[in-house]
Amino acid sequence: MASNHLTGIGSESKQLATWYFTFAAILFGAQLLFGLVAAIQYVMPGFLFEVLDFSVARMLHINALVVWMVFAMFGAVYWLLPDETGIETVGIKIGKLLYWIFVAAIAVVVLVYLFIQVGPADETTIWFIQEGREYIEAPRWADFGIVVVALGFVGNLFLTGMKGKRSGIVTVLMADMIAFAGLYLAGMFFTDNISVDQYWWWWVIHLWVEATWEVYVGSIAAYGLITMIGAHRKTVEMWLWIEVAMLFGSGILGLGHHYFWIGTPEYWWEIGALFSALEPLPLVAMFIHVLYDWGKTQGAEMNAEHTDEDNVRSVIKNKPAFTWFVLNAFGNFLGAGIWGFFHTLPQVNLYTHGTQFTSAHGHLAFFGAYATILVGMMYIAIQGTNGIKVMKHTKSSIWAVSMITGGVVGMTVALTIAGYVQVLVSRAQMGATWAAYFDGQSGMWFAQAMDWRLIMGAVTFIGFLLLAKDFLSTGKNPVHER
Amino acid sequence: MANKSVWSDNRFWQRSAAWVTGFASVLLIWLTFDTSAQISMGNDADLQNGVTKRVPGPTVINYKITYEMSQKRGHEVPIIGGNDGKGMSLFQEKETFFGRDDWSEEEAAELLHLGKLGTQAKNCMNCHTLLGNGAYYAPDLTKAWLDPAWGPNGSMQAMTGKDTKEEAMAEFLQHPSQYPTHERMMPNLGITAEEAKGIVAFLKHMSSIDTNGFPRNFAKIQGAVHGK
Repeated sequence: MASNHLTGIGSESKQLATWYFTFAAILFGAQLLFGLVAAIQYVMPGFLFEVLDFSVARMLHINALVVWMVFAMFGAVYWLLPDETGIETVGIKIGKLLYWIFVAAIAVVVLVYLFIQVGPADETTIWFIQEGREYIEAPRWADFGIVVVALGFVGNLFLTGMKGKRSGIVTVLMADMIAFAGLYLAGMFFTDNISVDQYWWWWVIHLWVEATWEVYVGSIAAYGLITMIGAHRKTVEMWLWIEVAMLFGSGILGLGHHYFWIGTPEYWWEIGALFSALEPLPLVAMFIHVLYDWGKTQGAEMNAEHTDEDNVRSVIKNKPAFTWFVLNAFGNFLGAGIWGFFHTLPQVNLYTHGTQFTSAHGHLAFFGAYATILVGMMYIAIQGTNGIKVMKHTKSSIWAVSMITGGVVGMTVALTIAGYVQVLVSRAQMGATWAAYFDGQSGMWFAQAMDWRLIMGAVTFIGFLLLAKDFLSTGKNPVHER
Repeated sequence: MANKSVWSDNRFWQRSAAWVTGFASVLLIWLTFDTSAQISMGNDADLQNGVTKRVPGPTVINYKITYEMSQKRGHEVPIIGGNDGKGMSLFQEKETFFGRDDWSEEEAAELLHLGKLGTQAKNCMNCHTLLGNGAYYAPDLTKAWLDPAWGPNGSMQAMTGKDTKEEAMAEFLQHPSQYPTHERMMPNLGITAEEAKGIVAFLKHMSSIDTNGFPRNFAKIQGAVHGK
């Protein structure tokens, strides 16, 4: 299906994909804005006090993050389905209807978060305001909406995969997306037992971001390599299956590293430590895989041209997207792999659990593993909808990627330093009490780290504005080959 | 492709992926059954009969709770109603909670239910951490009940002018911005007196959960940072 890789014109599935990408990009901006509010509150605690408190800003920050990624993930699947299966997506009309339901539901949820914020301690709050469970705070009515939308999406994917040509990439996505949707059900009930609560809560959070989402990224990376540099499908798909084995083999039981301290038995120390320590391995494999394929196809191109080296054409058909994909290979390994491994052993985690260490890891991992590749997919969509043969960097695309990456890395470094202060002062030295907590927070190293986090957050946000500008303008830019 | 190797055969890797995923999933489900049994909430009979549960029943609020080193396990464990000297709970020493140490199973369960709903309805987790999970903008609440600051000579109890730990905590929860401890304050979340009672019961119950020694050295070292 090589012929229609680069053209999104005429495909309703691809049109729907661009809708998903657009809303995802808007939410990405919202995520950064609320992150900035929360970052300012660390530095100036009185900022918006009892107007938009840290808890609300932070909830919107992480919820916008999760939702924009889910939107972009759905969008990317709708984008690649016609290429991979050779047919128009089945049930696309329902897909479009569900998109609007999804958008409307999110708008309502956000307005309630912003203006109602908290409710009385009864079930109505859980049903209609928010559930107070980090990452999946969405009220229960919205949970049911999300399940319906996700089922519709999985239905589209399955019907299309079964009717059209089912490539390895589509097969992996089918298996992965049904697990992704099904796992959400584990986070939809209320219990008085906080240990049971958190046990199942992690089924959603961990088995999403450290298992099903990672496999999703593997599939998207495979599609991107075929699309952008013409990598050999058989090789790419073989790697993909190896990655699935390694990701699920380590990630599913790696869940144990969340069960060290929540009331669950001690055997999770060993299981969690062993399997989560293996989690970086597939990320190394994915990293090698991307660079190896790039080098291999570029090498083949150079041999085929038989001209002097200066005239050898780059095999990359979309420079900005490929930049983001390569960043993904680096960022996934660094953010999820290295920063995750730092504090995954129970001996270390006893002191780092619940400190800014986690937040340092969270920032670099979500960015490196997911934001990068999804932004890359947005560039592929811009290329496709504008009929561009070879897409080049623009000034703003280069500044955007540099500032966003620099900003996130800067925030990660700052938060890591803050984490060290917390671990040493509040935990190891003073034993985790209220007084210990605030002694750590008022330390000079901690305070300065928070200043730097805010500065780097602002850099990230400016980078985002440039990215938005590039998204809106690059499609018509005459610099690209058409 | 003259020589076919199994290592470059997609079907081999596809099957491997399926088997590995299936095996890991089955193991996880099996462990989930075991863990679920171990973390199910106990009841009043367990406490009466001296049965140690990882998550004790709600009537644990009638007992004195401490957090002490267990030589056998090599870390601190919650001790309910007195220590037998070897790091095991005696379930004997009672402690009044809002003036009573005879909360019935139904009453205690109702309080805990209200408290757990309260922690979610007020979104505690997006500033605090519970069992170490949540946001990092405010102190961890896992063992907050055992924090000396709320105890008889503690600064927080003194600040609220109350005579007991539970009353001091409930007062703070209802009017947090009246009692600023630091520049970073807890906002007023409209917590009622009844909800506050429930949330304090939830916190006392949470402090009795066996968290495998997290947090380490809780409240054992005071003011070390200032060389006191």
